[in-house]
Amino acid sequence: MDYFRAVYVARELSPRALRLTTEALLRNPGNYTIWHFRRLVIDALDSDLVEETLFVDNLAEANSKNYQIWHHKRWLAEKLGPEAANDDHDFTRFILCHDAKNYHAWSHRQWVLQKLGGWDKELDFCHQLLEEDIFNNSAWNQRFFVITRSPLLGGLSAMWDSEVDYTIKAILQNPSNESPWRYLQGLYKGNPDSLITDERIPQLLLNILKENSYCVFAWNFLLDVLCKGLRPNKEIEEAVKGFTELDDAGSSDQDLPTRICSALERMDPIRVNYWAWRKSNLTL
Amino acid sequence: MGELAVEKHAQYILSVEKRKDDFESLVMEHLRLNGAYWGLTTLDIMHKLGSVNPDEVVTWILSCQDKESGGFGGNVGHDPHVLYTLSAVQVLALLDRLDAVDVDKVSDYVAGLQKEDGSFAGDIWGEIDTRFSYVAICCLSLLHRLNKINVEKAVDYIVSCKNLDGGFGSIPGGESHAGQIFCCVGALAITGSLHHIDRDLLGWWLCERQCKDGGLNGRPEKLTDVCYSWWVLTSLIMIDRVHWIDKNKLSKFILNCQDLEKGGISDRPDNAVDVFHTYFGVAGLSLMEYPGLKPIDPAYALPVDVVNRIFFQK
Repeated sequence: MDYFRAVYVARELSPRALRLTTEALLRNPGNYTIWHFRRLVIDALDSDLVEETLFVDNLAEANSKNYQIWHHKRWLAEKLGPEAANDDHDFTRFILCHDAKNYHAWSHRQWVLQKLGGWDKELDFCHQLLEEDIFNNSAWNQRFFVITRSPLLGGLSAMWDSEVDYTIKAILQNPSNESPWRYLQGLYKGNPDSLITDERIPQLLLNILKENSYCVFAWNFLLDVLCKGLRPNKEIEEAVKGFTELDDAGSSDQDLPTRICSALERMDPIRVNYWAWRKSNLTL
Repeated sequence: MGELAVEKHAQYILSVEKRKDDFESLVMEHLRLNGAYWGLTTLDIMHKLGSVNPDEVVTWILSCQDKESGGFGGNVGHDPHVLYTLSAVQVLALLDRLDAVDVDKVSDYVAGLQKEDGSFAGDIWGEIDTRFSYVAICCLSLLHRLNKINVEKAVDYIVSCKNLDGGFGSIPGGESHAGQIFCCVGALAITGSLHHIDRDLLGWWLCERQCKDGGLNGRPEKLTDVCYSWWVLTSLIMIDRVHWIDKNKLSKFILNCQDLEKGGISDRPDNAVDVFHTYFGVAGLSLMEYPGLKPIDPAYALPVDVVNRIFFQK
């Protein structure tokens, strides 16, 4: 470190300085001042940026949650330009294969997509990750990112219908999975009327509640659509009454949303205050 | 419920402060200023700040300042960065020594990091992240110099990072993450812009972070970690929804993460302790009004009496 300090203070931008930063960074890749100085040296020497990418990728593999390393990668990618996009995506794909929710890798990948391109296989990549782990919230987020921002797809309105089907399928696969429920809620945000007219919704909810009567997310979603104006069909009414009457004598006079809130207070006691607030906030 | 081992934690923090040459200290050498903030704020919350010599601390902090730019590095001889500049200002505020710096020089450094679109870079190398938006806004507010930036654009940029689930990411389109949410909500709170938040939607996302073990995670399906006791909790407090989590269970979780022999708090029970998690655990307990702790301001992440001194005393 003393050798590094000497060249740093002297502002020596030489091959020796580069070697010193290499050694120092191998020992402590978090030291951001060394990274800064290394960039000055690289610029002064006009170093081979592809070689530099190999160096930083090696460090990233061992230190995948290090902010400085990812920022250095971004600096390099910006210099290398769009031709480097695919190699860069290959690298983040490699990192995500080992740590599919790595926030740094995802941020970097999003930046490269927007700045340098490489969108064509991104939706497939999201799908692959979700096949491996349908609970991967980062992959769900990236899916929305691609659908709404890719210049190669038609945007959310063009993809909306198929996205609803995709999400419903994921929910049915595992109804206790938070991410697709939020994704579904998000899809209908721009389309609130269709939330109460789309037959897929009550169908989905009934399918789940018949098999998983303690699914908090399903009850919550049903509560939401009822509050937004869904006219419950007979099946839904029976499902709610059937479930809530089991535990709660005296609930027979209450409307469906109130019954659901009471049931949620019992099903999800750690959030009892939230469900009590929902109950007190019901407007019909 | 177990108890908070205040004495042990104070001893642990003071011992870390003294250690400069062991492996952990060397690896963390470049962010020692952050460490000073975490350690000293924890001491103050536990009414133990008197164990520290303020003049020594102030002298060391000033030696971390880059004379040319006015910004602070993470330790002596390090390049300036907004993260360490905030920590410097926070520690000086804690010690009531903001008079030790040229306020305009420091604020000019921070204000100079704002970009055209309202975002903030961390330093001259240009990394953009909503963390830096919070850090810049918090720092300038403590120095009474928010007027040096374009607050409206800063707010617009943060709002552009809002997601459908009501949360915020590091950049537009970035996944909602409790740490980033704290930064965005904090920045919006400080600039009087909380009306941009859907409090019910975000509040629900945040209270869903509480898991069966009572602890909080940072994103769906991730592990609980003591540091989220701060980020999720402050965010809930700032949007007035903290009653939506089970505070009892969370307190138990934090207390279970203590090392009762050596002092300090770890990310989860039985793991190694560090100053970072010690701070967040104690700060989280303070937010939940654990007896004997000073109250902490959720937006400025400093004891309330310090914040009051800055804003209400002339």
